Amino acid sequence: MATDVHRPVTPVSAVRVEGLTRSFDGRAVIDDLRLDVRPGEFVALLGRSGCGKSTLLRILAGLDRDIEGTVLVPRRKAVAFQAPRLMPWKKVWRNVLLGLPGKPERAVADRALEEVGLSHRSDAWPKTLSGGEAQRASLARALVREPDLLLLDEPFGALDALTRIKAQRLVGELWQRRGCAVLLVTHDVEEAVLLADRVLVMDDGVIAHEQEIDLDRPRDITDPRFAELRAGLLERLGVDTTADAA
Amino acid sequence: MSISHAPPGSPEPDISDMSPQDHRRAEGDTEAATGVPADADADFGQRAPLDLAPIVPASSRRTRVPRWLRRATGPLVLLALWQLLSSTGLLTPDVLASPGRIAEVARDLVADGSLTDAMGTSLRRVAAGLLLGTLTGTGLALVSGLFRVGEDLVDAPVQMLRTVPFVGLIPLFIIWFGIGEAPKVAIITLGVTFPLYLNVYAGIRGVDAQLIEAGESLGLSRWGLVRHVVLPGALPGAMTGLRYSLGIAWLALVFAEQVNADSGIGFLMVQARDFLRTDVIVVCLIVYAFLGLLADFVVRSLERLLLQWRPTFTGR
Repeated sequence: MATDVHRPVTPVSAVRVEGLTRSFDGRAVIDDLRLDVRPGEFVALLGRSGCGKSTLLRILAGLDRDIEGTVLVPRRKAVAFQAPRLMPWKKVWRNVLLGLPGKPERAVADRALEEVGLSHRSDAWPKTLSGGEAQRASLARALVREPDLLLLDEPFGALDALTRIKAQRLVGELWQRRGCAVLLVTHDVEEAVLLADRVLVMDDGVIAHEQEIDLDRPRDITDPRFAELRAGLLERLGVDTTADAA
Repeated sequence: MSISHAPPGSPEPDISDMSPQDHRRAEGDTEAATGVPADADADFGQRAPLDLAPIVPASSRRTRVPRWLRRATGPLVLLALWQLLSSTGLLTPDVLASPGRIAEVARDLVADGSLTDAMGTSLRRVAAGLLLGTLTGTGLALVSGLFRVGEDLVDAPVQMLRTVPFVGLIPLFIIWFGIGEAPKVAIITLGVTFPLYLNVYAGIRGVDAQLIEAGESLGLSRWGLVRHVVLPGALPGAMTGLRYSLGIAWLALVFAEQVNADSGIGFLMVQARDFLRTDVIVVCLIVYAFLGLLADFVVRSLERLLLQWRPTFTGR
């Protein structure tokens, strides 16, 4: 199933990157990278730490502009970071509305919070939220912008195992409801296989490997095909899985 | 290793998958360890009954004297001692008047209006100086905190001026502004400006870069970033600066009023000094302390109101 073949460029893309290079002090972290994401596609980006995957996400988010090459992204995009990065001096609902054009009503925020199951904490200070709640608030803040592209930078990395499972499920549901393109940066292979239509493995500043995940949703971790995909990707990342895949 | 499935006193404890080394360690540990699961199996049967000591709840150990009462005891004892020394004549009134005498004088000063007048005058000076100093200090900090050009232009001169002891400028201020209200307000202004500048500037520069980035990614404009991210983030620093400033404002007031004044608490003190009235001097000192406390209370309330979002905030 694994393919290294570049598909022909689709006429409509949610993300189009060509010849992207980003150097730090003369060392190219991203080197002539090419990436296409279809509208509504869920793409997971895997890679060892330091491989440049977070840099790529920051570039797509428009937070890093010291780049060469072509980068096309939707005007309406939103980011959720590994840390929720809520403004501690704003109540949750004000955090959700922060940066929206015009003077949006509180109801707008409450609807988004409702969607992530956090409407009861709308009036709380961020300091009183648990890790999972804060991450959901951050997700609501991203969703309220009705993005065509949602960028997720290891959003579940700091959550405990149980909260993470719930949060992953929530993201899956939200993506299916909203139909926006998602780029999920993660180092959790299982998470990537669970959520994504396509998994990319980044190495040496380029997309080194691409893997379509054509399992039916909702996906079952115990499915042998799931394990096979997971093992294949782990191998690509340089992890020996012979004992694991049994 | 299974933990508790072997029946008590089982002849062959299940230690099969322990390495010999583990086993030795486990045995050696038994006396010290209390219920470490690893060796619970090995000696379940042979262990001597443990000597259990009760942990007594802290609250039941003694009847508690209320904290405020305990805290009030020290000052009250001091006060009683003072009164005792005065009544026995060991402490003469020209060195220090007795607490009773001081209370009497305070009542008289309030009754004839001279103390309230003086307080009003002094408070007005501090308020004016504080207002001007806050405006200059915060204004300069904003300019150098928010703009790199501002930093280059403002920071160096401010840091230089900061090293001049502001009290030393009183003679110069008298030459410039005469002996009216202006030099007094100016000296307070100067004293207030620097701590505010330093703390607001540090507060602005100390705002979490991750939050700025988040603000950017949310589409905030430059002004939006300043308003929603930078300024609220600098507020704790500004509050610290305000506290320092208030302390210095009172200090500056004392200096300014004692050098030349024809009204205010400092003037009252200088007058009292000429007549060796230690009682009046002590009353004035108490008033200073009281005003200082009041100012601190105002800042605390302000912090409680403005900084309730802070994770570190514990008061309520």
